[in-house]
Amino acid sequence: MKKLASLLFAALVASSIGATAQAANYQFDTKGAHAFVQFRIKHLGYSWLYGRFDKFDGSFVYDEAKPEASSVQVTVDTTSLNSNHAERDKHLRGEDFLNVAKYPTAIFKSTSFTPNGDGKAVLKGDLTLHGVTKPITIDVEEIGGGKDPWGGYRQGFTGKTEFKLKDFGIDYDLGPASQVVEMILDVEGIRQ
Amino acid sequence: MESVVQTRNSNTHYGWVAVLFHWLMAPAIIGMFALGWWMVGLGYYDPWYRQGPDIHKSVGILLLILLVARLVWRWVNIEPSPEPAPRWQQRAAGAAHWLIYALLLAIFVSGYLISTADGRAIEVFNWFSVPATLQGLENQEDIAGIIHEWLAWTLMGLVLVHGLAAFKHHFVNKDNTLRKMLGMNARKGQ
Repeated sequence: MKKLASLLFAALVASSIGATAQAANYQFDTKGAHAFVQFRIKHLGYSWLYGRFDKFDGSFVYDEAKPEASSVQVTVDTTSLNSNHAERDKHLRGEDFLNVAKYPTAIFKSTSFTPNGDGKAVLKGDLTLHGVTKPITIDVEEIGGGKDPWGGYRQGFTGKTEFKLKDFGIDYDLGPASQVVEMILDVEGIRQ
Repeated sequence: MESVVQTRNSNTHYGWVAVLFHWLMAPAIIGMFALGWWMVGLGYYDPWYRQGPDIHKSVGILLLILLVARLVWRWVNIEPSPEPAPRWQQRAAGAAHWLIYALLLAIFVSGYLISTADGRAIEVFNWFSVPATLQGLENQEDIAGIIHEWLAWTLMGLVLVHGLAAFKHHFVNKDNTLRKMLGMNARKGQ
């Protein structure tokens, strides 16, 4: 019993040290699917169409004491696009849109992270999509973080950004109301 | 130019059923290739953007049914003997016919697998619908799509050879190959 208590104490100390230690590496929990890369775009201007990428991976560096030093990188398998309609998915993966045969991956690499101090932050970085690399800005909100019930430590965020498809060389005409796509990114990272 | 009115094939003639199968399907198949090629280039606001694929899928299912019926009909009928020609040409013609059937079947199945990849059924002219069977394979619609397109081009190449061979028989050899498929009697004096 004594042994167990000291062991628990040691574990507690270790984890609290870990929590306050410097920048930690987090891996997206794609295995447990607690991370999502989704998009939405207006259909004819009448409704929102949602889709997602089923395969992606990423990691981030985050330090609660010094959040401005954070960084993120994400790699998305564009062939895994899923909008719940095979014929549409085929079209979206084809040459009119993502041309996944030629550009099978999309990459985001952050260049700066600016916390507002209220749990919100602005994440800037370069997005490579459809072979075009452009800077984008993602509005980030910290959802929460802490120990999980299975001995791990997690940190989760949600982010939103939008850009014109044309900016990334995708110029198939979906109509005036469907020029801009919104990306919604939700990630839960497990500290490594 | 008297035509033959017999239902079943004979040693010298195709019956009208076989002739009808051929001439119903031939223009439909070539038309389907043209429609398929044209419709994938349509803009989102084109009125044919939805109608084109709807017709393509519906006709495709009907052609599949026709092909099965045609093969059954061929199975229960004899084939007219080929016109005199070198043995290798007769063999090549026979192989080409079976290859056309095989390609058609593969094109119909791969097309079906595109549209039903997510479990959706294919609606045939609001008349009946064909449910999905094999579905949910990884990137099924993309793989089936590539196969569908390549086989369609291959088929069109073979159709061209088939048509040229028929004209060669008719105009160069001056035999009854084409006349038989048109349901016509043999040339006078033969």
